[in-house]
Amino acid sequence: MRINCPICGDRDRREYYYQGAAVTLDRPAPDAEEAVWEDYLHLRENPAGRTRDLWHHEGGCGAWVVVTRDTVSHKIFEVALAADVKGAAR
Amino acid sequence: MRFSGWRVLREGLTGNKGWAPHWRDPEPKAEYDAIIIGGGGHGLSTAYYLAKNHGMTNIAVLEKGYLGGGNVGRNTTIVRANYGMPGNSEFYSHSLKLWEGMEQDLNYNVMHSQRGIINLFHSDGQRDAFARRGNTMIGQGDDAELLDRAAVKRMLPYLDFDNARFPVYGGLLHRRGGTARHDAVAWGYARGADQRGVDLIQQCEVTGIDIENGKVRGVQTTRGPIRAKKVGIVVAGRSGQVAAMAGMRLPIESHVLQAFVTEGLKPVIDHVVSFGMGHFYISQSDKGGLVFGGDLDFYASYASRGNMPMMEHVMEAGMTLMPMIGKAKVLRSWGGIMDMTPDGSPIIDKTDTEGLFIDCGWCYGGFKAVPGSGFSFAHLMATGDHHGPAAKFRLDRFRTGYGLMDEEATGAQHNLH
Ligand SMILES: Cc1cc2nc3c(=O)[nH]c(=O)nc-3n(C[C@H](O)[C@H](O)[C@H](O)COP(=O)(O)OP(=O)(O)OC[C@H]3O[C@@H](n4cnc5c(N)ncnc54)[C@H](O)[C@@H]3O)c2cc1C
Ligand SMILES: [Zn+2]
Repeated sequence: MRINCPICGDRDRREYYYQGAAVTLDRPAPDAEEAVWEDYLHLRENPAGRTRDLWHHEGGCGAWVVVTRDTVSHKIFEVALAADVKGAAR
Repeated sequence: MRFSGWRVLREGLTGNKGWAPHWRDPEPKAEYDAIIIGGGGHGLSTAYYLAKNHGMTNIAVLEKGYLGGGNVGRNTTIVRANYGMPGNSEFYSHSLKLWEGMEQDLNYNVMHSQRGIINLFHSDGQRDAFARRGNTMIGQGDDAELLDRAAVKRMLPYLDFDNARFPVYGGLLHRRGGTARHDAVAWGYARGADQRGVDLIQQCEVTGIDIENGKVRGVQTTRGPIRAKKVGIVVAGRSGQVAAMAGMRLPIESHVLQAFVTEGLKPVIDHVVSFGMGHFYISQSDKGGLVFGGDLDFYASYASRGNMPMMEHVMEAGMTLMPMIGKAKVLRSWGGIMDMTPDGSPIIDKTDTEGLFIDCGWCYGGFKAVPGSGFSFAHLMATGDHHGPAAKFRLDRFRTGYGLMDEEATGAQHNLH
């Protein structure tokens, strides 16, 4: 598996740390209800197919990237900087 | 048909013409008292214990593929009771006792082999941690022995004891741990359930769960709708999708775990051995193949195959520990889809829908749990009460934070187990 970092280019999966579903970009307010925190921390869509997850290019530029990929075929559709994704959501 | 040594002898002398299929292939009925979704190890053992312990025989197991075609037939077959956390400790202890009576109970040879598991340690700190684990195991009523280097040398002379980076300091021996023939476990429970009247329905994928006024009414399948007042979801790596049919989201992410087997060799590895400084464990099957594996690939996946990085890590770790295996040729490698929970411990619980139960989250360690899980889940489904040894496997622990069982002490977070 290779992930195309927007900053460094195409790199081996080994350079990246996998964080998990990209829901972790939307951190709830500290005083949000228990159910909201459970959603954020634990409950997952866990799709068989297209998914979005967060990886850290720790062996490269250090950027966090949002990877859109297929969990069945391991095909990667899109890699974007998490900073841009988060900025666009605001 | 009962199996016995006498029977094998007679069949051998009469051309093996007397063997019959081990279970029926029934058409699904319109309604059952209970339905189990998933014909893996846990689904089949649940059906068996529902029939045997609770007299519920008007039940069906619905399997989308064939019985035992999932993880139960893809794992590296290690059976042990060396868990430390309250909750896990009593559960796996109970499950191992069921293993010890399984062949007699099922009248089925599952090739359960208590050959002993040796977890190697490679530093003083690790020795202390293993000594503590051994005491926990003894405390829960199971067995553990701390071996020094000389004792390990006598048992496993083929290790690279003086490896420059990871010298072997000793090992924790769990004599009652070992392996079993994975398919046979699925077949044995299938046959036992079938004999008690349970319908095992293959090629029957559940595509929907019918719920009315908060109560389960039955399921939709590729072979038509089937009604039932009780439904149990036992689908391992597919738990997320089946639970979604009931409008649930689970604290589960599915990951791929790989395993490897070499060509058949004469007996060389008599135990199950695990490396303490990398992800590698190994045993030798009765056919002679070295069966070994390591850790998850570490990204969400539904592919029944893994990638090179973990393969490479496992091979490197194996070569570091026991260079003698270097000439064996790897015959096959494969992957299974693991239902990973944030704290690495399982779930056996009711859901918010009346009559709908769930048994999942076995991560990479659910083979050893096959008897215990079925026993406890059947108890819950039949009586509505949690069964003692599995009473802490609650779904709500992730919401409240109370009773999390983080066995590896890495943190109760999705990507850490
Ligand atoms: C490589 C590998 C090594 C492992 N090693 C060990 C080990 O050494 N020791 C250990 O204890 N554990 C081990 N495990 C873990 C263990 O195999 C699993 O935790 C356990 O088998 C899961 O439970 P199961 O047997 O019920 O799952 P499965 O056999 O996967 O059963 C689930 C069944 O549900 C069916 N299903 C799914 N969706 C539907 C649907 N919609 N309708 C109908 N049926 C459906 C599937 O087809 C499948 O047959 C290992 C796993 C892997 C992959
Ligand atoms: Zn980069």
